[in-house]
Amino acid sequence: MLLLFGIFLLTLLVITAVAIVRATDLFVAVMLMGIFSLLMAANFFILDAADVALTEAAIGAGISTVLLLGALALVPNRERVQHTGRWAALAVVSVTTLIIVYATLDKPRLGDPNAPVHTHVAPWYLEFTPEFIDIPNVVTAVLGAYRAYDTFGEVIVVLTAGIGVLFLLGLPNGPPHTAEDSSRTRTQNLGHHLIPQVVGRLIIPFIVLFALYVQFHGEYGPGGGFQAGAIFAAAVILYALIEGEDAALKILSPSLLKALMAGGALLYGATGLVTMLLGGNFLDYSVLADDAVAGQQWGIIIIELGVGVCVAGVLLTIYHAFAARND
Amino acid sequence: MALLLDVVSWILLSAGGAFVFIGGVGILRMPTIYTRMHAASVTDTMGTLLILLGIMLQAGLTLATVKLAAIVVFLLLTGPTASYALANAALLSGVRPELTTREPD
Amino acid sequence: MFYVATVAILITMALAVIRALLGPTVYDRVLAVNMFGTKTVLLLAVIAFLYGRPDFLDLALTYALINFIGVLAVLSFCQSGDHEPEAKDQSKKAQP
Repeated sequence: MLLLFGIFLLTLLVITAVAIVRATDLFVAVMLMGIFSLLMAANFFILDAADVALTEAAIGAGISTVLLLGALALVPNRERVQHTGRWAALAVVSVTTLIIVYATLDKPRLGDPNAPVHTHVAPWYLEFTPEFIDIPNVVTAVLGAYRAYDTFGEVIVVLTAGIGVLFLLGLPNGPPHTAEDSSRTRTQNLGHHLIPQVVGRLIIPFIVLFALYVQFHGEYGPGGGFQAGAIFAAAVILYALIEGEDAALKILSPSLLKALMAGGALLYGATGLVTMLLGGNFLDYSVLADDAVAGQQWGIIIIELGVGVCVAGVLLTIYHAFAARND
Repeated sequence: MALLLDVVSWILLSAGGAFVFIGGVGILRMPTIYTRMHAASVTDTMGTLLILLGIMLQAGLTLATVKLAAIVVFLLLTGPTASYALANAALLSGVRPELTTREPD
Repeated sequence: MFYVATVAILITMALAVIRALLGPTVYDRVLAVNMFGTKTVLLLAVIAFLYGRPDFLDLALTYALINFIGVLAVLSFCQSGDHEPEAKDQSKKAQP
């Protein structure tokens, strides 16, 4: 039965993807990308991958749509149709597709217990996590402890994206000082509509609380730094939408956002340096406490905090870079 | 007692499913944007309430029920707000509601 | 019993996608995406119970929050003037 649900959702996914490619109005394409992300989150969920589904829902369906709309406010909103080079592009895509399909013929069946991915490290992780790290969510254990170097790379990638946006677009230097500055920003705030303002003010504290819950609950259930950073950024974006860009820039000023971005990644790296100074390898958390298991848990909490802070800082920087532009 | 809970859950889940389906048909068949908003928002809220109540009865008194209650409260607060914001945006940008009836097409 | 609700929710999601693909004005599409979002919350909650893993309800709660913020963002950006021409054409057609 779940197979049927999966097939149904995948069919909807194909239809949506074709519609995104065929749409020439970019706003329509952005809306359909929101639906695409939701379908992917539902697919991940049906495949029992809860952490990935949570991240896709938080970042793909929510924040990505908002950022794409922010970018769309700065460009013309019809796609420029290009007529040259179409046959060459079609040839390249067809050849690549055939090569990929040929390669997948060799793949083991989904969920095959004798596949290499299920017989090399995965059983070891599942068997020894209770002994070495002792947290219920093995995904967080793999992400935070066994594969901490990869996660460090991911944090640096997120930081690089933030730096790239800062180079290209830049943030305003601080909250606008004159009324003339603030009247030129592009987005209207919803503050003059009473109902969204009241409801927004009521729920923002709970969203921030939920972000903290997801951050620290990541060891027991789906959650962790990436999702928590995205949810926190969503709360601040909601505040910016209902009270205006200037109010949001006043609470979390651009210099604080840059400090958060860099500080999160620095916290992660510093944990690695501290473990080296205490005698272990880089990011070997066992040396952080007297008991090796407690050390591992401390290590995971600290790096997840670093990840959450960095992701929140970067997402808010990118949002403000688009939304606070004056042209 | 368990049988009674099961029967009530069945009724609530089926009713919720029916409401949700009616909302889906409504959003396709209604003629203009404002009538579609009626179909979407009213059936959304009611369907959500019924389905989540049905699941809560099955879950008993656990943490899951508290989380479901939180989802219900949240959706009851934000569903109508989103519909209001949408209708307001449509009205402010000039889409007028049709005030006379028209022949069904 | 959860299967009945799941099938109803999946069919409604398909209908919402059709409206998002068809809808002549921008607001039809935003409405369809919002409805799709709330149906996804319901689908996540029901399938979490089908799987017997109630700790997956965090996803449904997250998604309910994000959907709301997404719709408000769309409307806020929309109001800054990008799609008025399209909506105004529709309003001329809609007058009796």
